[in-house]
Amino acid sequence: MSAQTLLLDWLKARLTPEALAWLEEKAALIATGAPEKTVFTTFSSCIRYSGKAPLNLESAALKAAGSEVPGWNPSDWTCDQAARAFLLTSLPPGPGSAATLGRLWQTADVGEAVALQKSLAVLANPEGQMPWAREAIRSNIKAVFEAITLRNPYPALHFDNVGWNQMVVKTFFVDSPMHEIEGLDRRVNPPLARMLADLAHERWAAGRAFSPQLWRCVGPCADERALEDLKKLLGSAAPTEKRAAALALKSCPDPRAATILEADPALAAAARDGSLTWENL
Amino acid sequence: MAETPLRKRRLIDPHIHMVSRTTDDYQAMANAGVVAVIEPAFWTGQPRTEIGTFKDYFSCLVGFERFRASQFGIKHYCTIGLNSKEANNEALAEEVIELLPRFAGKEGVVAIGEIGYDEMTKAEEKFFRIQLELAKEMDLPVMIHTPHRNKKVGTSRSMDVCMEHGIPPSKVVIDHNNEETCKEVLDRGFWAAFTIYPKTKMGNQRMVDIAKRYGSDRVIVDSSADWGNSDALAVPKTANLMITSGISEAAVDAMCYGNALLAYGQSGQMKESDWLDAAVIDPKREFEGNSLLRGGGPEAPEDSRLIV
Ligand SMILES: [Zn+2]
Repeated sequence: MSAQTLLLDWLKARLTPEALAWLEEKAALIATGAPEKTVFTTFSSCIRYSGKAPLNLESAALKAAGSEVPGWNPSDWTCDQAARAFLLTSLPPGPGSAATLGRLWQTADVGEAVALQKSLAVLANPEGQMPWAREAIRSNIKAVFEAITLRNPYPALHFDNVGWNQMVVKTFFVDSPMHEIEGLDRRVNPPLARMLADLAHERWAAGRAFSPQLWRCVGPCADERALEDLKKLLGSAAPTEKRAAALALKSCPDPRAATILEADPALAAAARDGSLTWENL
Repeated sequence: MAETPLRKRRLIDPHIHMVSRTTDDYQAMANAGVVAVIEPAFWTGQPRTEIGTFKDYFSCLVGFERFRASQFGIKHYCTIGLNSKEANNEALAEEVIELLPRFAGKEGVVAIGEIGYDEMTKAEEKFFRIQLELAKEMDLPVMIHTPHRNKKVGTSRSMDVCMEHGIPPSKVVIDHNNEETCKEVLDRGFWAAFTIYPKTKMGNQRMVDIAKRYGSDRVIVDSSADWGNSDALAVPKTANLMITSGISEAAVDAMCYGNALLAYGQSGQMKESDWLDAAVIDPKREFEGNSLLRGGGPEAPEDSRLIV
C-alpha cells in the first residue's frame, strides 16, 4: 500500500468510470515526464471530472491513511482534492518536479491551492515543498491557511519553531480551531508560550474575547507571568476559563503550578483523573 | 439628491473589475441583492511591461479576489484574456498568449475576454483572432469589448471576425453597446450587453428606453465598474429604475440576472446552484477575525455609528 494506492482506491469507489479513466491516463502521462503544461492544465481541469463532493471516508479508510502516513487525516477531503493529490503523487521524483510544483502553486486558484497544501501530507521530497508551505501560512485566504494548518501532518513534521509558532499564533488570530492542528502538544516551546501569553494580554487590554484553548500551549512552558495569569483565571468566575487554567496548570512541570492548582481541589482532581480534557473543555 | 431606495432582488453584475473596488462596494452590492459577479481580465490603467505582472493579475482573479467576494456571500467568476489595448505591445502580447491556456481551464473561468478592438490596429486584430481560436479550443464563450472610438464600425467588425472563426453568436457577448450598435448586435443573434456608466457610455435612463424599445431577449446590463468614475451599484439601480418605469419583473430579471447566467453558463463553470446552495453564509466560518474584516462582521454601508 502507498498513499497513492489509497487515493486511487477511494476515487475508484466515487468517480464515474469515464472520469477515472481520464484521471489514470493523465497520471500515467505525468509519471512518465509529460511537459509541464500538461501538469498545469490537468491539475486545473481535474475538477471537471472529479466533481467536488466530500469523500466521506469511512473509519477504516481513515485508519489506513493514518497508518500509511502518520498524522494524515483526510476526513474533510473532497473528491477534487483526492484526485489532485493523486495527480501530484504521480510526478516523477527529482528536483524538476519540485520546480514544477512551485510554478503550479504560483498560479493556483483557490481550490487548487487548497488541494496542493493538503497534498503535502503525502508528497515525496517534503523539504522541497517548504517555500509554498510557509507561504500558505502567510496567505490571507482562510481556506488556504487552514489547508496547511488543520489536520495536516506536514507542519509538525517539517516546520522549524519560527514557522510553527507563526502558524499557531495566527490560528488564534483568525479564530481557526486550534485543536485541529496536528502535533499541537508535541511542538510546544517557550517562545510560543510567551507569544500566546502576550496575545492574551493584548486581548484583555482591548476587551476582546479569545478561545481559552490558548492556554493549552502556554501551560507546559509557563513562566512566572503565565503562572500568575493561570492563577487569576483559576480563581475567576468564568467556568470555561477556569477549566482551561486547571488543564494548563496540570501540564506544567514547574512545582509552583501544582501548588496553584490545589486552590481548586475539584478541578484539580478532574484534570488529573482525565475526566476533564481539552477536547471536552 | 433624492434616490429611490434599492429594491432587494437577486442580481448578477456580469462585468465588473472588483480588484479596483473596496470592501464597502462588496458590502453595498451584497445588500442590494448582487449574488454573483464576473470580473473580466482587462488592463489595469497603468500599462504592464512584464509578463510576470500579467501572471500575478490572472492569479489574483482566480485567487484572492474570489476569496474577497466570498466573504460577502458573492460568487466571483472571471474571464481570461489579453485586452486589446495591451495587444499593441506585441512582444509582451506573445508571452501573454502563451500564458492564457494555463488559466483558461481553471474553475470559475466563464469566458475568454474581454477581447476585441481598441484602435483596430493590425496587432489587435492578430491577437483577437488567436484568442477566438483559444475560445473554440477550450469550448468557452467570448466576451467582446467594443471600442469607444469608431464604435459602430468596431462593433460590426468584431462580429464579422467571430463569424469568420465559426463561433456561433449564441456564445458571444458584445459589451458596451449603445443605441447605435444594439440593433445590429441583436439582429445578428449575439448577446448585447450594456455598461451603465454614470457620465459616459450609457446612463440608466437611456437603458430603460432601450429595454422598452428592444425588449429583454439577449439583453444584459452591467456596471463595468473599475478604477475610473463608475458605480458598483449600477445594476441594482438600473433594475430599480426599470421597475419604477413600468418594465415587467420578468424582463428585469432577464436583463439583470437570467441572461448573464444563460450566456456565461454555457461555460459549464457557472450554475445557479453555486449561490443558491451557498446562500446561508456561516458567519462563524467566514467572517470572524479574519484579515479582511479585521475582527468585525459585515457592516451595513449606511452604518452611521460614531464609535466603531
Ligand atoms: Zn471592462
